[in-house]
Amino acid sequence: MIRTLLTLAMPLIMGGVGLYALGRGVDVFSALTDGMRDGLKTLLRIFPSLLALLPAIAMVRASGLLDAVTGLLSPVLAVLGIPEQLAPLLLLRPLSGSGALAAATDLIGQYGADSLLGRTAAVMLGSTETTFYVLAVYFGAAGIQKGRRILPAALLADLVGFVMAAQTVRCFWG
Amino acid sequence: MTLSVIWVVCMAGSILYSCAAGTTAEISAAVLEGVQSAVDFALGAGVIMCLWCGIFEVMARCGLTGALTRLLRPVLRRLFPHTARHGEVFDALSANVAANLLGLGNAATPMGIRAASGMAALPDRDIRRELSLLVVLNTASIQLLPTTIASVRAACGAAVPFDILPAVWITSVCSVAAGVLAVKVLER
Repeated sequence: MIRTLLTLAMPLIMGGVGLYALGRGVDVFSALTDGMRDGLKTLLRIFPSLLALLPAIAMVRASGLLDAVTGLLSPVLAVLGIPEQLAPLLLLRPLSGSGALAAATDLIGQYGADSLLGRTAAVMLGSTETTFYVLAVYFGAAGIQKGRRILPAALLADLVGFVMAAQTVRCFWG
Repeated sequence: MTLSVIWVVCMAGSILYSCAAGTTAEISAAVLEGVQSAVDFALGAGVIMCLWCGIFEVMARCGLTGALTRLLRPVLRRLFPHTARHGEVFDALSANVAANLLGLGNAATPMGIRAASGMAALPDRDIRRELSLLVVLNTASIQLLPTTIASVRAACGAAVPFDILPAVWITSVCSVAAGVLAVKVLER
């Protein structure tokens, strides 16, 4: 039942929202295409970053540097129960949204979307945010001065997210 | 700036390492491989993301986003009891949380900034505490439908792209709870 719902998530949401909107007298088609145009703008905005970052990440992996770095981190990650292959995603996640997206895309492409590693990468990306970017926006734009207590709390939330992502995926599919 | 450092470190690091490890041929091939995955992203996951943006625009225009905002108010009044007394600031805060739940980053940020600067301008000390809470809610993800990563999974051939939803929700709840608790403890 839940599986069927999840399989049909996108068509169900599209159909449901479309019917409701039509009932409310909304011009569904032009709303849809306007939104897609905004989506294309977003895609155009992030594409150059991905085009720069994906080759860079592939180079780090191909040179053997990635294995060396993850080898250094693996004792820490082992304690946390996080697979060491996810190290690049962990390092990039709080710093850069497109960097993390590139790292997750690389991992999912390499290990497969339905593999344990691919799923863990997806759950990590889906349940955390670009912490330092958000902090910079709020500290800067909103003029928050006393942010010293916020940073440790935000980083703790990220850490809990990473650990729980590995645990939940292992629990559901391991 | 962050990305400049990351990019240069990746480039320089892998070139130097490949010279030492004798993997120079591999990194040249990796450049092309990376370009290919960027193209695959744009034509696969990127297009699916555009479709989601269209659906979210329909949701906004038919009032579903506003309905979610109203639905959230009772919960937010408990989390932000002092801010709730200031109508306009609280409206921005509710809209920010609703947009975050729907994963509408572009809509969430301006609302969040409006709420945060409004809260920072109020003299109340309790509101400062609630402001920290708002920032932590924004640094932790509370997205109900992680459409970006589901698009990547769909493009990479996942059988059921959204089957990670329960895991994402459990993880998000734990991470947000940890952040909120940490703020409460640290602010004491």
